[in-house]
Amino acid sequence: MIGDIDPLIINLTIFVLAIFVGYHVVWNVTPALHTPLMSVTNAISSIIIVGAMLAAGPLDMDWGVWLGAVAVTLAAVNVFGGFLVSQRMLEMFKKKDKKGSA
Amino acid sequence: MSANMVALAYLVASVFFILALKGLSSPESARRGNLFGIVGMIIAVATTMTLTENWMLIIGCIAIGGVIGTIIAKRVQMTAMPELVAFMHSLVGLAAVFIAIAAINNPVSFGLPEVLPPGSKLELFLGTFIGAMTWSGSVIAFLKLSGRMSGTPVVFTGQHMLNLLLAIVMIGFGLWFFFSETTNWTAFIVMTAIAFLLGFLIIIPIGGADMPVVISMLNSYSGWAAAGIGFSLGNPMLIIAGSLVGSSGAILSYIMCKAMNRPFLSVILGGFGSDGGTATDGGGEQKNYRSGSAEDAAFLMGNSDSVIIIPGYGLAVARAQHAVKELAEMLHEKGVNVRFAIHPVAGRMPGHMNVLLAEAEIPYEQVLEMDEINSDFSNTDVVLVLGANDVVNPAANVPGSPIYGMPILEAHKARTVMVVKRSMGVGYAGLDNDLFYMDKTMMIFGDAKKVVESMVKAV
Repeated sequence: MIGDIDPLIINLTIFVLAIFVGYHVVWNVTPALHTPLMSVTNAISSIIIVGAMLAAGPLDMDWGVWLGAVAVTLAAVNVFGGFLVSQRMLEMFKKKDKKGSA
Repeated sequence: MSANMVALAYLVASVFFILALKGLSSPESARRGNLFGIVGMIIAVATTMTLTENWMLIIGCIAIGGVIGTIIAKRVQMTAMPELVAFMHSLVGLAAVFIAIAAINNPVSFGLPEVLPPGSKLELFLGTFIGAMTWSGSVIAFLKLSGRMSGTPVVFTGQHMLNLLLAIVMIGFGLWFFFSETTNWTAFIVMTAIAFLLGFLIIIPIGGADMPVVISMLNSYSGWAAAGIGFSLGNPMLIIAGSLVGSSGAILSYIMCKAMNRPFLSVILGGFGSDGGTATDGGGEQKNYRSGSAEDAAFLMGNSDSVIIIPGYGLAVARAQHAVKELAEMLHEKGVNVRFAIHPVAGRMPGHMNVLLAEAEIPYEQVLEMDEINSDFSNTDVVLVLGANDVVNPAANVPGSPIYGMPILEAHKARTVMVVKRSMGVGYAGLDNDLFYMDKTMMIFGDAKKVVESMVKAV
């Protein structure tokens, strides 16, 4: 039966369920961490690097491959920038843990 | 790797992304959450590597992008986080557009049929259109946030009609693109160009202090763009990651709008607020206020039992967070109970003040959200307002006021109020603030950083 279903419907199912997961997970994020939340989600949205890698994938290099290569670079800036800046911010929230109240 | 193995690896990566967001529920688990995100990304990229042939090119591009990203992440000032986030949203948007163009050029390399079915075209259209709007909208947001462009709304007559018209024309070209037998580049290019233009036009009328909503909204768009690309490529991981980001941005926009008591639509339509200026209160009568020196203020705070500090955008502009930390520490040593009260829309992005205070190593137990601290103001000796205005304006309790109903920090209930401000100018809402004219209020004029430094010396 599953073979008869248009892949679009399966994708739509995943999409709707993922929105519900996102909704519930994000409401639990403490307001103090909303800025790191944005930088982490920003890094996660650069998951489109996967699409960019497929575009840059073929060895037969036409302009589409180069466009893909540019997209890989842009997304990589985001992957590294997003996760590292989040790490840097979250470290700041840690330091005071050790020190206790000053 | 077989297609099934790839799909399973992508599932594992998706679970890691969910755990990454879950980790942010508390500062203790947040670093582990970020680590989960990194692991998810490594799994996703390594798995995709096995599907490509052009390794040298891809690794080279990741290395270049990685170096740039690392340098930016290490160097950026915490006060500049809103600009950085806007800049990064723009990259996601642009990358989405490039991927969509590459997919139309060579569908086979993405595992799509040589001649794209209308369904795939629709998905590519959505990915491109959202990506293009994310890019141009984020560029404008970046320019406004970094002060390279004025934060004053750009409005002109027929603005909304123009946007609507452009949107209809864009959809028209989109339909032409779906129903063309072959790849219709003309329709696609015109459609993409209009989407870019719309991104600009939608953000220019939105004023500086509404930026927390804009930046959350663009965050959401960048997620939907990724999900759109996921649909076109039939990749569930992209759909899941994109939807997580999309719903996160949407929730943040909602929280920000609620904290300003303004409907989302009115924020998006824009035209609200100015970048400060003089009060245009018609009355004309000169109201009296009391001004004092930083030394007087320091003396009063030093002799009080409890102080609540309310930081606002002025603190970020003056980069006064480290000076504030020193002040808090000195008062603490004198036995004063010092706490910080954060309004949800303080600063230019959600949670901006929390990060600045964390950077200055102020323990987060001392930093409280509006709901946690509002009931304590009436038992507090001194409230120190640093570069905040509308979020402490008691006019929010007066029916008929433009900001009526907006939740505020109830600074006016404290025994003494001290306001550090550059001038008597109005805040973003263009309203006079009665808090400044109360008998128990002392105005201290000057740059937040300099004033706080003088206070530190005098305590």
